[in-house]
Amino acid sequence: MSDERTKSLFGPHSRRSILKGLGAAAVGITLTSKNYSAWAADEEKKLNFYNWDTYIGETTLEDFADASGIDVNMSLFATNDELFAKLRAGNPGYDVIVPGSEFVERMIQADLLEPLDHAKIPNMKNIAPEFIEDAPFDPGRKYSLPYTWLVIGIGYRKSKVKEVPDSWEYLFNSDQYKGRIAVMSDASELFRNCFKYLGKSINDDSPELIKEAEAMLIKQKPNIKAFHEDNGQDLLLSGEVDLVMEYNGDIAQIMTEDDDIDFIVPKEGAMKQQDTLAIPKGAPHPENALKFLNFIFEPEVGAEITKTILYPSPNAAAVALMPDSYKDNKVIFPPADVMAKCEYPRYLGPEFTRLLDEAMTRLRAA
Amino acid sequence: MATRTQERRLAFLATALPPIAWVVVFFLAPLAIVWAYSFGQNQGLTEVDISGTFANYARALQPLYLGIFAKSIFVAGITTFLCLVIGFPVALSIVFASERWRAWILLLIMLPFWTNLLIRTYALIAVLRTQGYVNFTLEWFWNQGSWLMTLVGLEPLGDFTPLQLLYNNFAVVFGLVYVHLPFMVLPLYAALDRLDKSLIEASLDLGAGHIRTLFLIVVPLALPGIVSGIIITFVPALGAYLTPDLLGGPDSQMIANVIERQFKKANDWPFGAALSFLLMYATFAAIALRVYLTRGKPTADGHGI
Repeated sequence: MSDERTKSLFGPHSRRSILKGLGAAAVGITLTSKNYSAWAADEEKKLNFYNWDTYIGETTLEDFADASGIDVNMSLFATNDELFAKLRAGNPGYDVIVPGSEFVERMIQADLLEPLDHAKIPNMKNIAPEFIEDAPFDPGRKYSLPYTWLVIGIGYRKSKVKEVPDSWEYLFNSDQYKGRIAVMSDASELFRNCFKYLGKSINDDSPELIKEAEAMLIKQKPNIKAFHEDNGQDLLLSGEVDLVMEYNGDIAQIMTEDDDIDFIVPKEGAMKQQDTLAIPKGAPHPENALKFLNFIFEPEVGAEITKTILYPSPNAAAVALMPDSYKDNKVIFPPADVMAKCEYPRYLGPEFTRLLDEAMTRLRAA
Repeated sequence: MATRTQERRLAFLATALPPIAWVVVFFLAPLAIVWAYSFGQNQGLTEVDISGTFANYARALQPLYLGIFAKSIFVAGITTFLCLVIGFPVALSIVFASERWRAWILLLIMLPFWTNLLIRTYALIAVLRTQGYVNFTLEWFWNQGSWLMTLVGLEPLGDFTPLQLLYNNFAVVFGLVYVHLPFMVLPLYAALDRLDKSLIEASLDLGAGHIRTLFLIVVPLALPGIVSGIIITFVPALGAYLTPDLLGGPDSQMIANVIERQFKKANDWPFGAALSFLLMYATFAAIALRVYLTRGKPTADGHGI
């Protein structure tokens, strides 16, 4: 899903992150009651941040502690499903979480998110307006603010392709690169981008469309080398495959290591996603959480985060501070005409989820 | 004053209660909850309504899922067979190794356990992939061979084509055998170690060859160990999901992968619970088979079980 963006296993900060994660886990056990801080006039100077691995600036948390006196304990999750599973039984003590856009909609429906007091986040003005306006999963951004955004496309090895693979056709309906392609193993990401290739909307929930996409993929399966668990960038980098379906941010990261790699959003359009910042219901330190959100949208802070994680940032003021090599990067900021054809996936209900999962099971068993 | 019986009962309670409480709280109770889920249906996004429906089992018994069950049993079966074929000579050689070497070999068998399964699997990827160590080694030999050919005036061998060792069913079985081999070797070693070696000598003295001694004396006496090894290799292999996920190809889906998706992406806990329990019934059947196979058979030290 948006979701299985397994941040690099041996990422540059993973050791530090693990240590921090352990610290936060210990705190999580002691902070189970919201009331504990409610009667105190001032919240204790702590914040529990539940984040993806390698997904924060190198000094951001220290800077926040210096600026506000609030200590941040960061623990890590690897998939949105993990985040959702943790919260569905009751918030174990997190103040700020980073759900993907599709899960924001799920969490709003399941009443798991606290509404945001926009008056306490004046730095929202730094966010590019299209991310506030174009957010069908959270209209008016009552519950979530954009942290990063990303789009699925095709990462490819330039020396191994004849022409730029600018269509989903190369992955979904062609034997031109037989045995040298890998697609995502997530049913939502895979099938709903097939919908795009078939000229339909990502949010079309007709069962016939799922059938059509399934038949096409079963036919294509002999040409596919692997259904990857969101480690497509590793497959491309290690030469295992030459074309891979992956998020632009992940490909942008490996392009700094290997200049034979490039990325394109197919001309039919694709699925785009946001990772957002939200406050879960029952957060022990909601006021600190709002301060933290406001801090994240400071221009310098946003730039520091972006420098580390290299994902597209919706923070316009932060992007303005970035070097041209980032601002003009066609992978991080694909052309506007193609992006106009991309859509955010909506949560289309349990029946749709079940049909997709069954189609995926049949595809893998075929 | 307490009588001896009472004392004994107290001692029994003191030692037995903690493990019983442990099993109830951390094994039976959660299992009962999951079992109850398997008769429920999703109520909204986060609630499961336990309505007593059999719909989840009906869905799980469709040919699609039965086919995946069959495939998983097949893969786990091959894995177990290979572990037995590879593990038996290994266990035998440990038994007959000198006292000093035995500890070291056992340590080598257990050493991989000290590393996380995920790390070991990623390490296997680095070994098996197109640009991995196996292919690097083969390429080196290929190029040396090519160089030798030109040296003696023949045509060189041409370009090296790397073997496709990863992202297929071979890789899954390879990974599973690698991970589960210690589970097979250790019980085999325990059984063979207890084996009365004078029986082997007697067999050899009476004119049986080594092969015949192995199959007529050693194997029957080690049978309980073999069956234990088969069970504790087969059961976790049947439930493997990490290995097929990371090493498997487009069609390497095992039943545990389907179950995992129900609890995560598909968010359908009741159906996942029903699939899990079908898998558990299969496991119970395997254990019942073990009891049946070893019933009344003598163990390696000559006594009944």
